[in-house]
Amino acid sequence: MSTLTALARAQALVAGRAQPIATVRHLHVQDHPLVLIPLAMAGEANAPLAAMVGASHKAPRLLVVTQPRDRDLRFAFFAELAEELLPYLESFATESEDVPIDRGKDVRQRYLDAPQIWVPNPGGIDFLRMLGRSTRFRTVDGEYPVPIGVPLLGRWLTFLAGTAEIPGSSLLLNAVQALGLHWATGQSATEDAQFGTQLAWIESGAAEAREAENGPVAGPATDPEFDNKVLAPLIERSAPELPDVLRELLLPTWDRMWRTLDLLRGLPAGERVSLRWDSDRDAYTAFAQYIAEGGAPQPRRDGAVAAAARLQRLENAASRYAVQRAFDDPLVLAEYRLSGAAFAGVVTLANPNRVDDSGKRPVLRPRIMVHTTEPVRMEPGTSLTSPSRTAQKARVVSVTPAGDGVDVLLELSGGMGRKLVAEPGSVPEVGERLILTTLSEAFRPGGAFPEPAETPWTHGGPPAPPADVTAAPEAAASGEADQ
Amino acid sequence: MDDRLNQLRGPAKAKRHNARTIAALTGNPGCSRRAVLDAAGVDKVKLGEQLGFPGSFGQSRFALSRGNAFEAMLKADDCELLRSVLGASSSLAYQDLGASSVDDRHAQTVKAIAGARAALIDHPLLTLDVAGQTVYLEPDLVAYANQGRLQVVEIKSFAIVDDQADSAKVSAAAVQAAVYVLALRELLTRLGQDPMLVSHEVVLVCPENFSLSPKAVVLDVRKQLSTLRRQLSRLSSVSSLIAELPDFVSFDVTLEPAALVEALGHIEPRYAPECLSACELSVYCRHEAAGGTAVLGRTVREALGGIESVDEVLALAEGRQAPTEDQAESAALLQAALRLRNEALY
Repeated sequence: MSTLTALARAQALVAGRAQPIATVRHLHVQDHPLVLIPLAMAGEANAPLAAMVGASHKAPRLLVVTQPRDRDLRFAFFAELAEELLPYLESFATESEDVPIDRGKDVRQRYLDAPQIWVPNPGGIDFLRMLGRSTRFRTVDGEYPVPIGVPLLGRWLTFLAGTAEIPGSSLLLNAVQALGLHWATGQSATEDAQFGTQLAWIESGAAEAREAENGPVAGPATDPEFDNKVLAPLIERSAPELPDVLRELLLPTWDRMWRTLDLLRGLPAGERVSLRWDSDRDAYTAFAQYIAEGGAPQPRRDGAVAAAARLQRLENAASRYAVQRAFDDPLVLAEYRLSGAAFAGVVTLANPNRVDDSGKRPVLRPRIMVHTTEPVRMEPGTSLTSPSRTAQKARVVSVTPAGDGVDVLLELSGGMGRKLVAEPGSVPEVGERLILTTLSEAFRPGGAFPEPAETPWTHGGPPAPPADVTAAPEAAASGEADQ
Repeated sequence: MDDRLNQLRGPAKAKRHNARTIAALTGNPGCSRRAVLDAAGVDKVKLGEQLGFPGSFGQSRFALSRGNAFEAMLKADDCELLRSVLGASSSLAYQDLGASSVDDRHAQTVKAIAGARAALIDHPLLTLDVAGQTVYLEPDLVAYANQGRLQVVEIKSFAIVDDQADSAKVSAAAVQAAVYVLALRELLTRLGQDPMLVSHEVVLVCPENFSLSPKAVVLDVRKQLSTLRRQLSRLSSVSSLIAELPDFVSFDVTLEPAALVEALGHIEPRYAPECLSACELSVYCRHEAAGGTAVLGRTVREALGGIESVDEVLALAEGRQAPTEDQAESAALLQAALRLRNEALY
């Protein structure tokens, strides 16, 4: 928790209203998102009780398992969920665009749009991941056949839950984290996990949030009191009004989900959000094609090489996301200024046409002097970047005390054209206000990993042939009680 | 001492400690309020209700019945399934102490464990010294004695899917198991036996994947044990806390709310948002702590320089209040933070 965000929480508590901690929206909001609120049966391993799902606020569809322990009803529920989700997920695999790769020598295809699913909280994403795990290995024939869409649903959910781990990905989002990224409430993070109270802090205030605390839960876990007093009697006597009771329970959260989307749409999108959505569309395109080619279910566990590669992708995505957010949003960048990884100042001197001819070839190396009153913790030789000129590097030459602050002498390279005279506007002018930071958007090359067949013995050696890893159906592994 | 505790509680029946309450106690060792109330066996659920701040700490019937079904399945036919998952021989004796009355259960437990070379001992009654008080534990566990070693077996109904389980549930189970290991070791010490005969490796038996078939995994609880020991020793001695209380103080849950509020004011709480999931009185304590930085969570409080009240934080940030020597550094950081926030927002 940065001091900046902590201060915003304190301000929220005193004001009785949530306070903004972002000036732009840091995630993509699709024009036609799908909202899904899963509800789980307590005690069972990821057994669904109900779900409210739909791509339109006005037309929620309620799916209910009236006897949650009945295996057939459970798979009928999965089939119904597949009927809702699969057409939506596949509907974006139509028009595509060409994306140049390999420096323009080749092109690949990318669908113009991609699906976006919203659940209320991180628990909802975990639930979908486990739902994917429990359905993707099923087969539509054999000893324990399941309805046709079920294994496919499992693969899609596994894919989506996987993308939700990637920082900055917007294919599967949860409302609690999306709101928490943009507003600080006057309560603790533990309490923020309760969607109703968090949204109330943003929309109305502290009193309403306290009120919402006793309201219906946003799932996937149900309230034990509700289980004991309402649900258990209804299930025991197979009451026909069970769906209506669950609809009542879920509708407030359903409305809140759509209000959350409206709130987020009200913020202007950050400049680099669309770049991340491009990556999401790439991921979607690749997976839709994999499924179209009859792709096998994802393995239970990644092999050593796949796991290492995935970890590196996640690390790269995390650092890219952090940098992009800071460059898009002055309020996020302010956190770096507070911690000493960035400073703001005014250009006091500029020598835009300075040429360094000490090497083999003369090169353009303008120098500028920036005066700042903020603490500068960078050593000479450090490379800095300004969010307004990300292609340009500024190397710290010297830091000298001056007046009420310090003068920082910087040598610039890059982003000024190919000639020995800088393009107009590419070198900061005297009087310009600049923010300089150690954050950099520079491309990070991926690491070199061996082929899976070359996995060293230190990492378990080459994995077993894929047939053993992926195709073993759950039913064969755990017998009749496989659920 | 016991008289004073009974007097503090009033006529109501005492609530017993269990592994969960001890784990919660050590989760927030600085909270004198909880230490005193638990020592006196006060029903905190009723207390919260009487104060007008009820918490919800029920357990779902569905979860209970699933847990019971799983346990019953393991223990059916003379623990056939449990034996097979533990790799224990079928000739091993099985003794259930749960049926006998509480009074001689502890004596029986002592007898069973003292003589055990190879046995499964179900529902033993253990004791543990908590903050100067001997508390009884009725663990829902099996002690597995094998070749002179004792091992704690915990049966839980959450699933292990692809060798992974919910980390919060696993760590809660590990802390509870560590409480039992500690109690068993104390028992052996009192019996003059080597406490290290109780293994620091406990066995967790859970359903595997989406089925009900059991899977046993071994958890090393050495880390939980040392945390537990340290925090139990840190628990300020309850007797001295109680001795400091004025004579008229009582937590009889039938008293008027105003009287209870006044009584609670005599013992210092330490509220943190984590209490909300661990303590039945937390909703009241949160109300009482309103306006403090503690209600925002420990990390926020630290980021704000450990300053107590939210008003003071803002006063320092806005420069309306001169910081004390200790606060100088925090105040400078808060002022910089406020300046940066205002610059970006307005």
